[in-house]
Amino acid sequence: MRLSRSPLAIAAFLLAVPGLLISSGGDVFDTLTYSTPVILFVAAAVAMFTSVSIPSLVVVLVLVHVVAFCLIGLLHAMPQPPGPSIGYWCMVASSWLLAWFSVQNLAGLKLASPQAQRLVNLALPVLFGAWLLILWEIIVRGFGVPSILLPPPSMIAERISSSVPTLWADFQQTYLKAAIAGYAIGCGSGFLAAIIVDRVPFLRRGLLPIGNLVAALPVVGIAPIMVMWFGSYWESKAAVVVIMTFFPMLVNTVAGLAASGAMERDLMQTYGSSYGQTLLKLRLPAAMPFIFNALKINSTLALIGAIVAEFFGSPIVGMGFRISAEVGRMNVDMVWAEIFAAALAGSLSYGLITLVERAVTFWHPSYRT
Amino acid sequence: MNFIRNSVIPVGTVLLAILALWYAFAIVLNAPFERDQAARANTTISTGQLIANTMAQERPVLPAPHQVAEEIRKTVFDISPTSKRSLVYHGGVTLSSTLLGFGFGTLLGILLAIAIVHSRTLDKSLMPWIITSQTVPILAIAPMIIVVLNAVNITGLLPKAMISTYLSFFPVAVGMVKGLRSPEIMHLDLMRTYNASKAQVFWKLRWPASMPYLFTSMKIAVAISLVGAIVGELPTGAVAGIGARLLAGSYYGQTVQIWAALIAAALMAAILVSLIGLMATLVNRRMGVRP
Repeated sequence: MRLSRSPLAIAAFLLAVPGLLISSGGDVFDTLTYSTPVILFVAAAVAMFTSVSIPSLVVVLVLVHVVAFCLIGLLHAMPQPPGPSIGYWCMVASSWLLAWFSVQNLAGLKLASPQAQRLVNLALPVLFGAWLLILWEIIVRGFGVPSILLPPPSMIAERISSSVPTLWADFQQTYLKAAIAGYAIGCGSGFLAAIIVDRVPFLRRGLLPIGNLVAALPVVGIAPIMVMWFGSYWESKAAVVVIMTFFPMLVNTVAGLAASGAMERDLMQTYGSSYGQTLLKLRLPAAMPFIFNALKINSTLALIGAIVAEFFGSPIVGMGFRISAEVGRMNVDMVWAEIFAAALAGSLSYGLITLVERAVTFWHPSYRT
Repeated sequence: MNFIRNSVIPVGTVLLAILALWYAFAIVLNAPFERDQAARANTTISTGQLIANTMAQERPVLPAPHQVAEEIRKTVFDISPTSKRSLVYHGGVTLSSTLLGFGFGTLLGILLAIAIVHSRTLDKSLMPWIITSQTVPILAIAPMIIVVLNAVNITGLLPKAMISTYLSFFPVAVGMVKGLRSPEIMHLDLMRTYNASKAQVFWKLRWPASMPYLFTSMKIAVAISLVGAIVGELPTGAVAGIGARLLAGSYYGQTVQIWAALIAAALMAAILVSLIGLMATLVNRRMGVRP
């Protein structure tokens, strides 16, 4: 028997005790009401009285998530006013502290096998995100926050699953048509312009300061003009995306083309290589980290540009249209569903670009192991 | 002399080329309307007259630069700054929420970075989410925040500033984590041999070392807060601010007004970014950085 000296474990244990003594509130008396505090107490006791090891941490984590699940279940059975009592909130605080305690100890572990270490490194942010959702759900439902202000995650999830066809149609319109077309044209032309600018020093000196400035400007503001010129279909959104993505690509590629060392360039010269050969075999590969940086920045910008441009006029489909229309009808859960779809699309495209980057710039120090 | 030859002449040439292109496009894009008018009135129009007309349309497809300049001059100098038709008034509304949001965002970013640098748990669990938050099109949430906060009677500056805060904390947090970790191991070891406390290491080594990173990320943050403030003004039904000017202009087809608002926003961004650049130079000089 050993007492933990971590303040987190002590606080969690102390908070678990009132959960046993005070009822959770409401008039529910079923197995859930009695079993939740007991499971929590067991988890807190494990954290308190055993030494830190992987088995004990895993036990604590599993128990704590069972408790979190039960706590959310309890909330559904409770009549809204008056809401849960002080004993319930003690349990919430205690289980959150326990989760924090185990995450802290997991982060401090030095594992022998690299696979296990990678698993832990993946688990930590996942746990953090899960607790964000759990606390969001409990606090929004427990305090009776009006769903118009902040809908609980369960409500958003329900809405997502019930309106997949709408979400897919919006995604197709905004992402597959406008964002991708604009992204390809903007990045492609930025890249070609960069090669021309790099060839002509006069242009480089003249265009780069302006390009740097434009990259900092609120280019999104051009959206109403593009909608006027190209109509309200996806072409105008693509045009906004083209303008937004062009300058980051230009500036980054020019910086990348200057990145190859003088020694390597001299070597190419002693080989008697032409401009084209130097460009293809030395300078473009050396510029790849910079180009991928621009591609990553632009993947976010493209989605933003396409969505914001839809606020200025669009057919009755598209993510930006849906967001502004549903906000007007106070259907906040649908707006969150759209945001989730946009976040998923953004993260997936970012991840995809990162994967390609790893394959292309495998030689770069940040990927060498 | 070198400065003039290496930057003033090339930049000036490019600017002139842009201006010339702008005029050319204005003529090409506005000409169909004029020909249409002439055909309707059953008159023929000479090329010189056509070109002159394209420069002075009421609602051109693309206004000529001097029209935009005239509109800016009129709305900045001729109309009193308290009037709702004054660009200064709208610019001020946008600027105040930009600066408020930028201030909060920078503070939040710095605090987050300090917490992340000092806590292994936060570093491993929070940092990946901060990175992921960058891939999310945050601007899409902007109208919702505004409308929802309006519904619970929080109106005016605060909701817009919140959007700017949300957008600007990210670059500062990421830059400052990098900056606070930038001292070399040798310097950290030296501090250890001095028996420096954690606070001393922070104030005397980590904080000064992070300054260049702070200013670089503040430049990005201020530019993005301006974008946030402008987009935040879109859904409030075009009340005040640069975004409201853009929206009202697009509703009523006032292209000159849109372009004037755009140029004003661009000028504002350029001034804000260069002010921070100036601040960076001053702080660097104060800390003994020699160019």
